[in-house]
Amino acid sequence: MAKMKGDIVIDIDKCKGCEVCIPACPVDVIGVSKNVNGKGYNYVETVNDECTGCTNCAVVCPDGVITVYRKKIE
Amino acid sequence: MDTVIKKEDIRKPENLVYKKTPLLTDKVMSYCPGCGHGTAHRVVMEVLEEMGLQDKTIGIAPVGCSVLAYEFMNIDMQQAAHGRAPAVATAVKRLFPEKFVFTYQGDGDLAAIGTAETIHACNRGENIVIIFINNGIYGMTGGQMAPTTLPNMKSSTSPYGRDVATMGNPLRITELVAQLPGTLYVTRQAVHTPVAVRKAKKAVRKAFENQKLNKGLSFVEIVSNCNSGWKMTPNVANQWMVDNMFPYYPLGDIKVNED
Amino acid sequence: MKELRLMKGNEAFAEAAIRAGADGYFGYPITPQSEVMEYLMAEKTHERTGMIVLQAESEVAAINMVYGGASCGKRVLTSSSSPGMSLKQEGISYIAGAELPCVIMNAVRGGPGLGTIQPAQSDYFQSTKGGGHGDYRLIVLAPSSVQEMADFAPLAFDLAFKYRNPVLVLSDGAIGQMMEKVELQEQRPRLTEEEIIKNTPWATTGKTANRERNIITSLNLDSHVQEEHNIHLQKKYRLIEENETRFETFQTEDADYLLIAYGTSARLSQKAVDIARAKGIKLGLLRPITLFPFPTKPIAELANQVTGILSVEMSAGQMVEDVRLAVNGKVKVEHFGRMGGVIPSPQEIVEALESKIIGG
Repeated sequence: MAKMKGDIVIDIDKCKGCEVCIPACPVDVIGVSKNVNGKGYNYVETVNDECTGCTNCAVVCPDGVITVYRKKIE
Repeated sequence: MDTVIKKEDIRKPENLVYKKTPLLTDKVMSYCPGCGHGTAHRVVMEVLEEMGLQDKTIGIAPVGCSVLAYEFMNIDMQQAAHGRAPAVATAVKRLFPEKFVFTYQGDGDLAAIGTAETIHACNRGENIVIIFINNGIYGMTGGQMAPTTLPNMKSSTSPYGRDVATMGNPLRITELVAQLPGTLYVTRQAVHTPVAVRKAKKAVRKAFENQKLNKGLSFVEIVSNCNSGWKMTPNVANQWMVDNMFPYYPLGDIKVNED
Repeated sequence: MKELRLMKGNEAFAEAAIRAGADGYFGYPITPQSEVMEYLMAEKTHERTGMIVLQAESEVAAINMVYGGASCGKRVLTSSSSPGMSLKQEGISYIAGAELPCVIMNAVRGGPGLGTIQPAQSDYFQSTKGGGHGDYRLIVLAPSSVQEMADFAPLAFDLAFKYRNPVLVLSDGAIGQMMEKVELQEQRPRLTEEEIIKNTPWATTGKTANRERNIITSLNLDSHVQEEHNIHLQKKYRLIEENETRFETFQTEDADYLLIAYGTSARLSQKAVDIARAKGIKLGLLRPITLFPFPTKPIAELANQVTGILSVEMSAGQMVEDVRLAVNGKVKVEHFGRMGGVIPSPQEIVEALESKIIGG
C-alpha cells in the first residue's frame, strides 16, 4: 500500500518558538527544543519520524519558517 | 516490510510541497511570537503569487503593528497615515485601474480613526480589497482599548474591563459595511488553525479575483490574536479567541457575490 | 492653442490644471473655492483628458487621496480654504516627509475657527512655516491675478516634480472669485505609464522583476536614519531657496519708502504707490511671488536704499516677521493690515505709511 512519508525543515534562526505549529500537527512531530537561537527563543524541532508531509505546521506558522517535503513510498 | 527512508531522500526539490512564498521578504517579521499578522501577511502574499500579480499590485500599509508591512511584503507599497488607507487606495485604483490594490489595516486604524474613510470607500464601491485584522486591541501602542475590544475585556485603558455603559460597545464594522451597496463581498475569517488558514486564503483569493469584475469592494476581516496585548501564550490566546472573540465576531461569509 | 477667456480665478486654476496634464483632483466643497471642483466636474475631464475628479468625504480623505496618487507618480492636486487646509495638514506633513510631488491650492478666508468666507491672508504662517508636524516646507506660490492662477498651475506641477515636494498655491477669496481676462496655455498631454516609470522611478507602479520594490513612507524608526532624512530635506529646501525665489518690483528704482505685499494686498499696494507718488512720496513696492522661498536678499538690498518699509497683509501681521528677518534692523519695518475678511483700501495703506513709517 502506498504511504506518504514527509519531512520538515525548520529555519531555527527565524523561529520565534510560539508553538502554534505543535497542536496543528496530527502526528505530534514537533516539540520545543531545549536550545535557544540567536534571538533567545526556544525554537521548535522534530521529535520523531512520523511526519506525513501534511503541511499543517507550515500553514499555521506565523513566520513562515517551515519548509515541507513529501514522498510517496511504495 | 518497511524500508527505511533517509531524510536526505525526502528533502529533495521534487518532493517539496510547501515553502515560504518569495513574495514575503527574508526579513524576520517584527510581530510577537504567535501573532496572526504573520500568517495573514503570508496568506495575502501566497494569493498574489498564485495569481501572478506581484508586478501589478500596490499595497497600502496602515499605522499600527502592521505599519512595517512593506518591510515584509515583496511588492510596491505605500504607508498611509493612521486610518487613511482606504482613501489612499481609492486614488491609486482610480488612477491605475488596471492594477490590483489592497489595504491591510488593523481594528484601531480601520474601525476607529479611519471609520469615515472605510465606510465611504465601501459605499463608493471602490474596486479594491480591504484586509482587516481584528484582534480587539491596540497592539503597537501597548494594548489600549480598541473599538473592537469585547465587553468586560481588560486593556491598558480599560484596566477593569470595558464598561459598555461608559466606554461604548464593540463595533462590528464588518456587518456594517456589508449593508452598503458598494461592497461586493464581505467575509470574516481567522488564521489560528490549518483549516482556518486554508479557508481564509480562499476568501482572500476570491477578494482579489473580484477586482477583475470591477463591481465593488471586497472586505476580508481576519479575527486574530494579540497574545502580548491579551497577556497570554499564543496557543492559550488562540483558544481564548475561539471562546470569546468568535461568539461576538462569528466567522463566515456575510455577503457573497456569484463568481 | 493658446486661448483668451474671461474667468474666475478658481475656474482659471481648474482649467489650467486640466491643461497642465493633471491626472487627478480630489477635493471637498468649501467656500470660497468650490468653483474648482464644480468646474472640473462640469468639464467632464474623464472624457476630455482622462483626468479623474473625485469628491471625497472630507478634506482629510482628499489629501490622503492626493498622497496615494502622488505615490504613483501621477500629477494630482487638491484645493480648499482655510478651515479645510487645517484638516489637510496631517496629510501634507506625510506628503512632505515622503517627498511626494503634488499641488495644493488654498483660497484663504478669514479665521480663526470657522471665521468668515471673505478673503484674508492669515494663513501665511501655516503655509510658509510647515503647517503640520515636523520640519518641512512647501514651495508657496502667491498669485495676485486670475492670469497667475492659470500660470501657476503648470508651474506648481513643474516645481513639485523637480523637487519631489508639495507646492502650495496660496490664493485668497478675492483672487479666486474675481473675473479677469486670462490667456490659457496649450493642453499638455497626460503622462503615460512608461513616462511615469522613466521620470519617477521611485513611484509605486507594481514591482517588476528588474527592480527592487518601491516603498513610499515617511517612517524611520531608527532616529539616526530619520535625522539623515531631515538633513536631506533641509538641503533640498536650501537648494529651492537658491533657485526658485520669485518676486517683482514696482517703482523701486528711486524709492525712499517700500511696501511689501503679496496677492490681493499687492494689487491694492500698487494703487497705493500711485496715490503716494501723486502726493510726492517716493514709494515703491516689492511683491513676493514665492513666499517660500521668501525673497530675503532683494528685500535686504532695498533696505540699504529706503528709509522705511511697510509690510501690507490682510492679517494681524505674519509676513512682517520674515520682512524684519530680511531687513535685520537696518531700517524701520511696520505692519499694516485689516483682518477678518476686511480688504484695506489703497488710501488706508498710504495713511498707514504716513503715520507708521514717515511720521512715526
